[in-house]
Amino acid sequence: MLLVPCPHCGPRDETEFKYGGQAGIAHPADPESLTDAEWLDYLFLRDNPKGPWRERWVHTAGCRRWFDVTRDTLTNEFGDIGG
Amino acid sequence: MTDSGLRARSPLEGATLAIDSTSTLGIRELPFLVQVGLRADPADEPLMSRLTTVLGARPPTDPNTTSISEDGTNQVLWLGPDEWLVLGEPGTAGALESKLRSALDAAAGAVVDLSANRTAISVSGPRARESLAFGCAIDLEPPAFGPGRCAQTLLARANVIIVPVGPADEPAFRILVRPSFAGYLATWLVDAAVGLD
Amino acid sequence: MTGSRLPDGGTGIDRGDPRAFDFEGTVVSGFAGDTVASALLANGIDVVGRSIYHDRPRGVFSAGPEEPNALVQVRWASGISEPMLPATTVPVEDVLEVRNLAGRGRLEPAEPGTDTGRFDARYAPCEVRVIGAGVSGRRAASNARTADPGARVLLIDSDPAAAGDEVRRGMTALGIYDHGYVTAVERCPAPATEGRLWHIRAGRIVIATGATERPIIFADDDRPGVMLAGAAATYVERYGVRPGERAVIFTNNDTTDAVTATLRGAGTEVVAIVDARRGDLIVGTMGDDAGRLTGIRITRAHGRPDAGADGDDPETIEADLLLVSGGWNPNVALWAHARGTLRFDERIAAFVPDRAGPHGRIEVVGAAAGEVEGLGDIGPTWVVPPPGPATDAAWSTHYVDLGRDSTVQDLQRALGAGLESIEHVKRYTTIGTGIDQGRTSGVVTSAIAAAILGQDVGAIGVPTFRPPTVPVSFAQLAARNRGALADPIRVTPSHPWHEANGAVFEDVGQWKRPHHFPQAGESVDDAVLRECRAARTSVAMMDATTLGKIDLQGPDVGAFLDRVYTNTFSSLKVGSCRYGLMCRADGMVFDDGVTSRLADDRFHMTTTTGNAAAVLDHLEEWLQTEWPDLRVHATSVTEQWATVAVVGPRSRDVVAALAPSLDVSDAAFPFMTWRDAVIAGTLGRAFRISFSGELAYELNVPTWHGLALWEAVLAAGATFGITPYGTQAMHVLRAEKGYPIIGQETDGTVTPQDLGMAWAVSTKKDFIGRRSHRRLDAQRPDRKQLVGLLPTDPRIVLPEGTQLVAPDADLRVTPVPMLGHVTSSYDSAALGRSFALALVKGGRERIGQTVLAPLIDRVVEAVIADSVLFDPENRRRDGEPQP
Repeated sequence: MLLVPCPHCGPRDETEFKYGGQAGIAHPADPESLTDAEWLDYLFLRDNPKGPWRERWVHTAGCRRWFDVTRDTLTNEFGDIGG
Repeated sequence: MTDSGLRARSPLEGATLAIDSTSTLGIRELPFLVQVGLRADPADEPLMSRLTTVLGARPPTDPNTTSISEDGTNQVLWLGPDEWLVLGEPGTAGALESKLRSALDAAAGAVVDLSANRTAISVSGPRARESLAFGCAIDLEPPAFGPGRCAQTLLARANVIIVPVGPADEPAFRILVRPSFAGYLATWLVDAAVGLD
Repeated sequence: MTGSRLPDGGTGIDRGDPRAFDFEGTVVSGFAGDTVASALLANGIDVVGRSIYHDRPRGVFSAGPEEPNALVQVRWASGISEPMLPATTVPVEDVLEVRNLAGRGRLEPAEPGTDTGRFDARYAPCEVRVIGAGVSGRRAASNARTADPGARVLLIDSDPAAAGDEVRRGMTALGIYDHGYVTAVERCPAPATEGRLWHIRAGRIVIATGATERPIIFADDDRPGVMLAGAAATYVERYGVRPGERAVIFTNNDTTDAVTATLRGAGTEVVAIVDARRGDLIVGTMGDDAGRLTGIRITRAHGRPDAGADGDDPETIEADLLLVSGGWNPNVALWAHARGTLRFDERIAAFVPDRAGPHGRIEVVGAAAGEVEGLGDIGPTWVVPPPGPATDAAWSTHYVDLGRDSTVQDLQRALGAGLESIEHVKRYTTIGTGIDQGRTSGVVTSAIAAAILGQDVGAIGVPTFRPPTVPVSFAQLAARNRGALADPIRVTPSHPWHEANGAVFEDVGQWKRPHHFPQAGESVDDAVLRECRAARTSVAMMDATTLGKIDLQGPDVGAFLDRVYTNTFSSLKVGSCRYGLMCRADGMVFDDGVTSRLADDRFHMTTTTGNAAAVLDHLEEWLQTEWPDLRVHATSVTEQWATVAVVGPRSRDVVAALAPSLDVSDAAFPFMTWRDAVIAGTLGRAFRISFSGELAYELNVPTWHGLALWEAVLAAGATFGITPYGTQAMHVLRAEKGYPIIGQETDGTVTPQDLGMAWAVSTKKDFIGRRSHRRLDAQRPDRKQLVGLLPTDPRIVLPEGTQLVAPDADLRVTPVPMLGHVTSSYDSAALGRSFALALVKGGRERIGQTVLAPLIDRVVEAVIADSVLFDPENRRRDGEPQP
């Protein structure tokens, strides 16, 4: 049971959140200009690093706000919050 | 509630909430509480002061805190960085909603009557905190949690807003819960009392 | 071994409080404070069970949770029977009856009503959590309290009689997880509660779990009478029990010095101390007909430290008790759960916690950290070779894991098969997989494997420790989430009426929804046909409260909805409603519903029942993370409004009667509009929308009027024989019209075009998922498309999920190429026959063609049809022609 650091409500049990996958994957400004391969990359391809990475959570059972946080995938320790 | 038409029935009307006469845990429904959802930009100072005037209390910007109007009729719960729930006396929803809407004026925000969207259950008595700890992971003890604070969290398997009222040695909690979950949660609370040694 | 109760002594028992229980038909007496094991020993019962595979007699081996032999089935005083408990941890106070087990637990089938044990769970945040209330643990707790008097310091110990103040006794830590999360179990925390699962979130964790003694392995080391040395001292000191009369001690360290003194003080004759450090070794044991220990074979090296076991002919000593100590293993399981690493410490010949605590939150103190007191200079003796030629078979009674009947021979076989990782060795031999989880066998196994492979023990390591540290029953893990509390049961305000009127419910997510309302003697099928007929010929009503509802406010809502829905909403007029289809970015259908414009800057969205929360999350995700510039606020109002659908040609009459001030004429209140309305005297909203193709309304009032509204509709419709209907009739009515249900016709791989709903997909604007519709895969002509399906025999209702194949398919050659599958299938009153909806490859091109539906016992023919089978001209949605 992770203790997820909501930037507003403080640390709460993981069960209060939904996971949002990798952070920083912006919806392309002009999807129509992308090739099928580029669009597929946006839709489905994500990094899977060992170590720190940025990910998204939403505090569904709390303030319902989305946020980005750094988590070390090896130790689960959370780092910088925000975004 | 305010209408003369269809009879109002609170979600826990007729539910068995009494535990036994010797129990130190009191569970009862506080039906028909007025609740109005409010969304506004906390950085819009003129708007915030209009809202403060209407509510008699400034919508709090510290997470998980509440403010209460001087006459005690309105309590404003922080739900998010630009979101509050205003609690008021039964029967005042329409008036409160329109006052808030006019306070919004042209500012982008939202006012929604949510009075029927949740009911309130009061859990009180010396063992109240303990009974909630059977199903609530957040720290319910002062100073982390006491009057003036509130929390949106999970109690058992229901989404709730918990509002502590009353002093530390005589804890009481208002639990706001969706009506569809109220029966489940009431059953859970009554059952929790069995585990208090 | 002839155990007996000493005339006095025993710090842990209350001789003034005698207790008794039944052991295999014999009444065993003991005292409060005894464990089942100490009471058995006190009564001279030395064979407590037989081993799991080899059927060898076994006795009490330890005095704690490391017990591999004395596993028992216990009937508690509450009547509940629980299998596979170590007799060394079961307090006699709570026990009615004890059976021994050959290492195999057995769940007794519960008679109805007897499975009443109450288990619960509880959360307990604290600043400091200390696990283990020995000297080091108590010191750590005391230091923490001194350092911060306001801190909540929780000191726990699994021993119900642990010493010290402010100790939660009888509480066993099961595991340490991420971010200071610890689980623990407590037996009988309250009079009515059998057990409690604690969820503890601690700022800091101190592990003070001590160390566990381990044996030395030799031939026939498993007889009743062979016991860990420290355990024998515990039985004397704590329980006032003398475990035997003539004892031999076999050791490689100094901790047995105190044991010797204790045993002698209790009147046990210690006839020999065999110290491996002097080269003296026990090479075997002898037993009586029942297998009990009667004697020991020793080889002595006469002070030659380098002498091997085969230095001299064995000497024989008579004894009924053999106390073994091969050293002490720090209890590092919890440390390892938290991803703490281990290193082999030659100084104590054991694995100890390495480096600083993971993330600084966890520390280990005392014996658990490797500070084992009184160990002296430990000798590196792990195993004594067999006395004769060291063939494989000669190792067959060198028991390493008593609980699994695993021997050195098994270990050799694993290594001989090429398994070099200790994880593989564990799984091959099953060493360490018993209920004691290798507490006494684990490190010994690594050391023997290291010796055979010619490696260092530290390089071999130990298998990964995983929670729980002790077995936990499923009942305990389920806690109170059983029966009525297994999962929230969500009900609508009209639920009491549904219950009182015989509704048969179905679960839709957590909601209880009426599936149908059978009348006396009516079958499900008959009830559904009757309910459908009423909706098509007169008027029927349904509780639609569970539909998701979202209030959307702000100047940019119209623009936002244009991006969220595949079709356009910004052009919708105030007072009007529109059906909308929502896709995710991958272009697959995600949800649908009718959304109404309440004001220029306010919309009321509805979602499917099951997706209400997911849709709100979806909206918030795009608003917050992609389009923060849009001034839109979304609020769930699902439970603010109770909804009753009034459906059928006479529904206008019913609504007119309920809302006399509302002009219900088609001109004033046309299809796909909504009106504020005073309904039975209460302010609400009326929507003219239809999920059946009939003239229909959805009436909304605040939830607390929901039951009264239901009853008012029922009363107003009485003249027309208004008929309540459930979800099944709703499904049939919409399927007759070809309306898909998201999650039934769709499964996350279906586009709007696949559903034949290109009409709801704008070509003029961008929306979430639009680009995906242009992907080559979305353009394939052989994508599965939604079609109707009419079985040639109109009486056959195809099972939902039935696969469809081409009429010329050879069913004998597998795999048979599939054309598609049935998504919905019903009998229809309106069509007078069965029908189905199906997803079929290139389905719309196949309309009129025959396909085969192979069932288990026969093959059914069906003809592909348009998905709209009833009233394709939509003539019914405005009701009877008005005068």
